[in-house]
Amino acid sequence: MDFGPHLLLAVLEGAVGAAVLALTALGLSLVFGVMRVVNVAHGEFFMLGAVIAWFVATSIGGHPTVGFVAALALAPLIAGLVAVLVDRLILKPVKYDPEATIVGTIGVLYILQQTALMTYGPEARPVEPPFSHRIALPWFEWGENGFAMFYPWGLSTNSYKLFVIGAAIVILLAFWLIMTRSKAGLIMRATQLDRETALAFGIPVSRVYSIVFGLGAGLAALAAVLIVPIQQAHYLMGHDPLLLSFIVVIIGGLGSIRGTVLAAVLIGMSDGIISVFLSPTLSKIIATLLVALVLVFRPQGLFGKKPA
Amino acid sequence: MTPKLMTNRRSVLKGAAAGGLLAAAPLAARFASAQSSAPIKIGFQQHSTGIGAAYGRWYGRTTEAAVKMINDAGGINGRPVEIVAEDDGTDPKRGAEVLEKFANQSGCDVAFGTLFSHVVIGSAPAAGELKLPYFVVSEGHHVASGMLNRYTLQPGITDVKSQVQAMAPYVSENLGKKVTMIYPDFAFGHDHRDYFSAAIKEQGGEVLEMIAIPPTETSFTKYFPKIPRDTEVIYHVMVGPAVLTFVKELGEFFGPSRPEIFGFIDSLEAVDLASPGLEFLEGTYFWEGNPRYAQEDQTSHDKMFREAVGVDANGASVSDPKDVSTYAHMFGCWETLHVIKAGMEAAGYQGPEDRAKLIEAVEAMTDMPQSDAHPQGPKRFNGKTHQVFGVQYISKVEEGKLVKVHTTSIEDTLYPDEVDYTSMSF
Repeated sequence: MDFGPHLLLAVLEGAVGAAVLALTALGLSLVFGVMRVVNVAHGEFFMLGAVIAWFVATSIGGHPTVGFVAALALAPLIAGLVAVLVDRLILKPVKYDPEATIVGTIGVLYILQQTALMTYGPEARPVEPPFSHRIALPWFEWGENGFAMFYPWGLSTNSYKLFVIGAAIVILLAFWLIMTRSKAGLIMRATQLDRETALAFGIPVSRVYSIVFGLGAGLAALAAVLIVPIQQAHYLMGHDPLLLSFIVVIIGGLGSIRGTVLAAVLIGMSDGIISVFLSPTLSKIIATLLVALVLVFRPQGLFGKKPA
Repeated sequence: MTPKLMTNRRSVLKGAAAGGLLAAAPLAARFASAQSSAPIKIGFQQHSTGIGAAYGRWYGRTTEAAVKMINDAGGINGRPVEIVAEDDGTDPKRGAEVLEKFANQSGCDVAFGTLFSHVVIGSAPAAGELKLPYFVVSEGHHVASGMLNRYTLQPGITDVKSQVQAMAPYVSENLGKKVTMIYPDFAFGHDHRDYFSAAIKEQGGEVLEMIAIPPTETSFTKYFPKIPRDTEVIYHVMVGPAVLTFVKELGEFFGPSRPEIFGFIDSLEAVDLASPGLEFLEGTYFWEGNPRYAQEDQTSHDKMFREAVGVDANGASVSDPKDVSTYAHMFGCWETLHVIKAGMEAAGYQGPEDRAKLIEAVEAMTDMPQSDAHPQGPKRFNGKTHQVFGVQYISKVEEGKLVKVHTTSIEDTLYPDEVDYTSMSF
């Protein structure tokens, strides 16, 4: 394939990855920003979203759109409720102690993963996309006859993949509006800035924590529902999103929404492009190297605030 | 103190033991001719979880069915067969631990059943150390290449080298000579890469590009632009939980103008051919170890095998038509168990002290005609390389079903020996 079309294809593939990664990493970043909890089980909430999406989509039947829309609504909700339970039963009793929450969420990781294995089973199962059309993409070139448009071999995308990118952008914008314009967002930001003062102003911090933990898990689950018609639901699918989310959150700066989204685009795109042109292993090496460099030279991340 | 009538723990245990004996009496009568009627224990290293789970499920069902048939016919040397199944998580490290457990804790006579080549390669040294006969159902060339040891045998399924060697003439004569290969990046995929590219060169063809994909990959479109424009045939083989995504994205990439496509059915094992997005496969070709759809010239042996395992004419479970089997591979478990039976009977196997005798008895085997014990087709075992050879099938997708278009001979699959395990000491 020529370089131009090849690059376009790589960018499109990278954008799908970046869109899903941005949503997943945002959940992780939110939880850390507000609660100072490193949620090691975050990838399992992603997996939970995909698995619930499969259960919902297959039990409803009818046109795939119906099942998909139901999954889009139910999966984040259920994953969020599970997360609220985790907060109440595990995180709160250990008083959000940093070490204890890490160990606690590792436990949650295994509980969720093995529960999925016991109920859903070890198979990878697809969810049918609500729509899926192959879209051949044109390419422009200055040839012998001047400017010409043609359709290179293999240069195509899929309407559903474009939908994933669009949906992720809409969700990110909505999230940003909630955080900056609504009272709920104000309360969350207040809790993030200073827990004690927020408490003194009558903010029910403990309830805010539960909601934030649920929201973080819900975002991961939502990302999974979007991706599951392209990939498939599998009980081990939480590993990669967890690793990449940590990479993104560290590069972007823990707790910074802007940094997280930008870093997700950076990592998602570079993963798409490097793995297309060079090798997938190299793209993982570069992402990890980037994390090391950021930790050495800018420990607070690209957009994180220096601790006072 | 007044004497009390009471049942204590011991009397309960005694009663239970007697009851157990009574219940087991018909069993004892059936297997009475044996010197010992203790069951022969076969450790089954099963991919219940991990990337091989779909294979593990069907290997399990096939094994159960084969053991039932063997036991109904009187067991092995008059003793019943008992399967000790243990999950290896499709993980080489865990695989070696499972073998140790078989030998040291469960008291298994032999071990059997592994498919994924990295698990076989990781476990075989343990089998050698434990002196535990290890019958693999893996397809990999690692047995016949001489890489493993005298305790590892593959008598129930053919290896990749012989399979691809037999495919190359058909591909170059009927589909094209310029091939691009897409394969998983581990030992099994490397076997495909090395032996197919050599075999197609012998036919006057060439491999334009080799695209290796990590077996845990979940998104594939990014690899396909590496396919050169002048490719005449795509040769694909993929494994793992994302095979359906792989094939779908391959179809999406090409759209209406695809080259000829030849795949190993591994890319679609346990996947319904009627899944949405697979329509483009119409008119493409597949290697099949054993035809998934019952063919017009179906043998009575295949019919019996399907019924015993619970597979319908479309290769899916009789209880759930969406649960598609790994039909091209799982016959290997059935045939391997029958080879173990034949070997133990020829060796007069009594217990673990006869393990070496058992291996020598299997090594002495040669031709195995098609029968209920070998439903996939006739086989020829090479005792020196510990590898079996057999016919291969090529099917074409017609109206959403795989229709057999070519059957190779056993001779097509033979190659010179690369090792003589019989010269190694036990």
